[in-house]
Amino acid sequence: MMRVEERLFQNRYRVDPGRAHIQITDPSVCTVDCHSKPCTFCCPAGCYTKEGDGRVTLITDGCMECGTCRIICTEFRNIQWEYPRGGYGILFKFG
Amino acid sequence: MNEKFDAIVVGAGPAGNSAAYTLAKAGMKVLQLERGETPGSKNVQGAILYSDALERIIPDFRDDAPLERHLLEQRMWILDDESYVGNTYRSDAFNKPPYNRYTIIRTQFDKWFSGKVQEAGAMVISETTVTDLHMDGNRVVGVKTDRTGGSVYADVVILADGVNSLLAKKAGFHPELRPKDVALAVKEIHFLPEETIDSRFNVSANAGVVIEMAGKITNGMVGTGFLYTNRESLTIGIGCLLSDFRKHGIAPYALLDKMKDHPAIRPLIEGGTMKEYTAHLIPEGGYHAVPPLYGDGWMIVGDAAMFVNSVHREGSNLAMTTGRLAAETMIELTADDKPMTAKNLARYHEKVKTSFVMKDLKKYKDMPKVLENNPQFFTAYPELLNRAAHELLTVDGVEKKAKERSIRRSFVKSRSWTGLMGDAVKLWRAFQ
Ligand SMILES: Cc1cc2nc3c(=O)[nH]c(=O)nc-3n(C[C@H](O)[C@H](O)[C@H](O)COP(=O)(O)OP(=O)(O)OC[C@H]3O[C@@H](n4cnc5c(N)ncnc54)[C@H](O)[C@@H]3O)c2cc1C
Ligand code: SF4
Ligand code: SF4
Repeated sequence: MMRVEERLFQNRYRVDPGRAHIQITDPSVCTVDCHSKPCTFCCPAGCYTKEGDGRVTLITDGCMECGTCRIICTEFRNIQWEYPRGGYGILFKFG
Repeated sequence: MNEKFDAIVVGAGPAGNSAAYTLAKAGMKVLQLERGETPGSKNVQGAILYSDALERIIPDFRDDAPLERHLLEQRMWILDDESYVGNTYRSDAFNKPPYNRYTIIRTQFDKWFSGKVQEAGAMVISETTVTDLHMDGNRVVGVKTDRTGGSVYADVVILADGVNSLLAKKAGFHPELRPKDVALAVKEIHFLPEETIDSRFNVSANAGVVIEMAGKITNGMVGTGFLYTNRESLTIGIGCLLSDFRKHGIAPYALLDKMKDHPAIRPLIEGGTMKEYTAHLIPEGGYHAVPPLYGDGWMIVGDAAMFVNSVHREGSNLAMTTGRLAAETMIELTADDKPMTAKNLARYHEKVKTSFVMKDLKKYKDMPKVLENNPQFFTAYPELLNRAAHELLTVDGVEKKAKERSIRRSFVKSRSWTGLMGDAVKLWRAFQ
């Protein structure tokens, strides 16, 4: 299988450094309360990672702004999700 | 920018572009805001363009729109793990202009459409995210943007901001989407020489092929796959309900890879160069999930209003049609000197109701539920159909009657007579 990073490497982004447009509200909810951690396997860009110690980390650089993580986190509503600033983020070449 | 506009259109996808174009053509003062670097740079589609909806807005679009191939042949495949049964419709009637359907590349198409909107006289500003609506009591009076001093005002704000429509949610016009009301689709584009595509798909002279797929490729989830021919590239993708992705725990790109590796699909894309991987949601909640469409000073169009017919894989045409209807409502009210109140904008809802958009959604209103509650349509049946075909086509000295009996037995064993009858009735009802 092709790794998700290899796939994303084909895409074009304009990253807005230091301004992640998605944030986990309370990381302890991910570690302690959310057992299934759906964001870690539903995100099509693999932005969420389940760490060995149960924490969930988020790196938004490869994000395609689909909205999945926001909607999938229904039980805990633990994600603050905004669009990047105008002009930043994913820049599809073909769409 | 403290100017006031007749209308502000948020978003430059097909819905927003159709609305802005129609309004500007009628001489309205229109501002359109788009968060992408250019219109199209955030947008994803398969993509099939249905001529009719666009023709009603730009009759001569064929003169300069970036069209890839017109569609000559439609294939429908039901896949098992290493086989498929399918049907094909190909007609030379589809090979004569004016063509009814085309493949397009969305980023290029949206940019072209936006050019038309600007020619028509609308002011289009990209790289600008609308962050909130300006309210005066219950009335929408303008928008806030992420530009400094970024408030602008208008009589009407048309929300054409796509499936996520954060604005409608913030304003409370629309509850948050439920995982079962959206499909997540992932897709890749693979480049191949034009001649290779022509010969692989048995077409020439810009004719193209669509393959729609269902069955085991979605691992038992409610969803479909597709493969479309562009002029020098193929798009291949798969989409399933988000609620199912959550339940089944498979990563979307792993599902796509598995599909690409199917023995009937692999040879079609072989040797291509993958140049982009995209993901996007599709609103598939259908008729019952359509939110309120208007209020004081606002209307909502396209994906933001759940206008997708997932059974027929139509979305952009519903977006264009509803964008146009919202614009026409405004134009009529202006001509009658009527204010843009909820009471008057209700005319937009009436127009949508009497158009194919709502009629088609209504026709399939029970489909989401039927599919959600009956996973056998995506697992047992593809398997049974493929096994039946295999049995019938294998020549091994067994008499045909015995083969038929064995096929019948395998259906009954898997689903029981009442199960089979029930399934047939359910599907038949959902299609009525
Ligand atoms: C994989 C896939 C395949 C598809 N295949 C087909 C097909 O073959 N045929 C078909 O007809 N339909 C298809 N569809 C559906 C079709 O793409 C959509 O129905 C259509 O794009 C909806 O148009 P829209 O204008 O409503 O929304 P969009 O095209 O999503 O446009 C919304 C626009 O608003 C902008 N925006 C959003 N929020 C803001 C904000 N706050 N500020 C500023 N700008 C904002 C976005 O950047 C975007 O440009 C497919 C969809 C997918 C995902
Ligand atoms: S789904 Fe929400 S709560 Fe669960 S791990 Fe992901 S972000 Fe945390
Ligand atoms: S918006 Fe989509 S791509 Fe971005 S982090 Fe969320 S799920 Fe992943």
